[in-house]
Amino acid sequence: MTDQTANAPKETPLHSVHADLGASFTDFGGWDMPLKYGSELAEHRAVREAAGLFDLSHMGEVRISGADAAAFLDYALVAKYSTMKIGKAKYGVIVNESGGLLDDLITYRIGDEEFFIVPNASNTPAVVTALTERLQHFLQAVAPGSDVRLTDESDATALIAVQGPNSEAIILRALDEAGHGEFGPRTGAGDHAKAQATDDANGGATSAGDDTITIGQAVRELKYYAWMPLTIAGIDLMLARTGYTGEDGFELYAPNIGATRLWETLVTSGVDYGLVPCGLAARDSLRLEAGMPLYGNELDQNTTPYDAGLGRMIGFTTKESFFAREALAKRGETEPPRVLVGLTSEGRRAARSGAAVSVDGAEVGIVTSGQPSPTLGHPIALAYLDRDHAEAGTAVTVDIRGKAHDFTVAELPFYKRPAH
Amino acid sequence: MAQLPPLPQNFTYSAEHEWVDGAADELVGKTVKVGITAVASDALGEVVYVDLPEVGDTITAGETCGEVESTKSVSDLYTPVTGEIITINEAAVDSPGLLNSDPYGEGWLFEVAVTEVGEVMDAAAYAEANSL
Repeated sequence: MTDQTANAPKETPLHSVHADLGASFTDFGGWDMPLKYGSELAEHRAVREAAGLFDLSHMGEVRISGADAAAFLDYALVAKYSTMKIGKAKYGVIVNESGGLLDDLITYRIGDEEFFIVPNASNTPAVVTALTERLQHFLQAVAPGSDVRLTDESDATALIAVQGPNSEAIILRALDEAGHGEFGPRTGAGDHAKAQATDDANGGATSAGDDTITIGQAVRELKYYAWMPLTIAGIDLMLARTGYTGEDGFELYAPNIGATRLWETLVTSGVDYGLVPCGLAARDSLRLEAGMPLYGNELDQNTTPYDAGLGRMIGFTTKESFFAREALAKRGETEPPRVLVGLTSEGRRAARSGAAVSVDGAEVGIVTSGQPSPTLGHPIALAYLDRDHAEAGTAVTVDIRGKAHDFTVAELPFYKRPAH
Repeated sequence: MAQLPPLPQNFTYSAEHEWVDGAADELVGKTVKVGITAVASDALGEVVYVDLPEVGDTITAGETCGEVESTKSVSDLYTPVTGEIITINEAAVDSPGLLNSDPYGEGWLFEVAVTEVGEVMDAAAYAEANSL
């Protein structure tokens, strides 16, 4: 298992923790990752009803810094980044020269001159290569004399996610019991920069005035798709209110060296809150219920942002020039023939990736992901369907191992967490 | 790997991870239960659907006779023995999770009146083949 030959799957800093927990492992994007620890359905339900703990350290982390970092990202990626506020996160994509999707990414703005990009594990080498090439071109031809640096921090950075309705309580408990760290203002003037360190990590009532809030209060007030710096158990980390489950939750980026301690601190803090470790099986069923695309299933180099319903994020009106602008504009002249939709069934058989979708015996699309929904109790799927048959409510059939099964086109997401 | 329930020593096994509840040389002429092993149900993930032959069907050793669907995938069900289906385990059809929770007991799939035995192995050989 620990053979470090060229083709051996990579291991995260938490691999031995997972092995001790009795995890079943699977090769995912070249990484030996926990698939499940016991029952993947129990793990799925824990995230919907309480909380789940995920090791996502296989994901990549690329830091872009320098006075012209924002201008470079505006050039290299399709959306506009220079207008992002410090402390915010943004979902986006990177395309190849013909406008096909190289990856989908989350980008965090760290400061005026600093961004932190998170690509998928299997795509990280390709994203780093593409960004490096684009940076060379940017410095030579687009904006000579610019100040931009790229650092691939993937191999040094761990990512642990706490997802589910009890996530906030678990983070607050971790701060209360293992925190006592500083909460200094970050570079620049973000949403939370006015928060000051206090000894009271858990009692918002002691706010001294307009300019001072406690760490606990800052965590509670942290918005979806925003991040703040935090210290838990002596580990300096980025706490982001982001996720891939459809629930409230956090993603914690920390140096590898702190990964095990952070994991164990969160496990301890989660004891009273039903926190269970969750593998990639639950991660996949959770994201599918939330209607979120998975690169390799719904997204690949043959799909464009338009196909995936992400055409609106392309900065045609907000940016002068950017990588693959002409190719994207050309592909945007005609509507994509197929669109990404949801399918549901009242039967018991799940449609799987690759299954053909038909209307009146004629093939109109293909399933990209599908399985029984643990929360909803019936099969759900994502599929690319011909535009003419993509309206919610349309009756279709899916070929499941040679037999036609009835499905209905459904609005996404399949599952939306209850408002509170 | 997670802790699997112990392998019944008096059962017969196939390379496709089915079990028959009896010793290989004593099966012909008897009606026996058939199920899938914990190795199979663990690898599949949680079973959500089983498609079984019908009572009265004749099944042939080494051929597919149904499907087992889990949260993650669908697998063909092979029969290690030839014979007529006598009973279907309706409890397993209604609660496919029994294949995970009790694969060698409540999670049995069907009973078959055996006329012929296919390629099978004993518990020791199956354990060795699957590094148990």
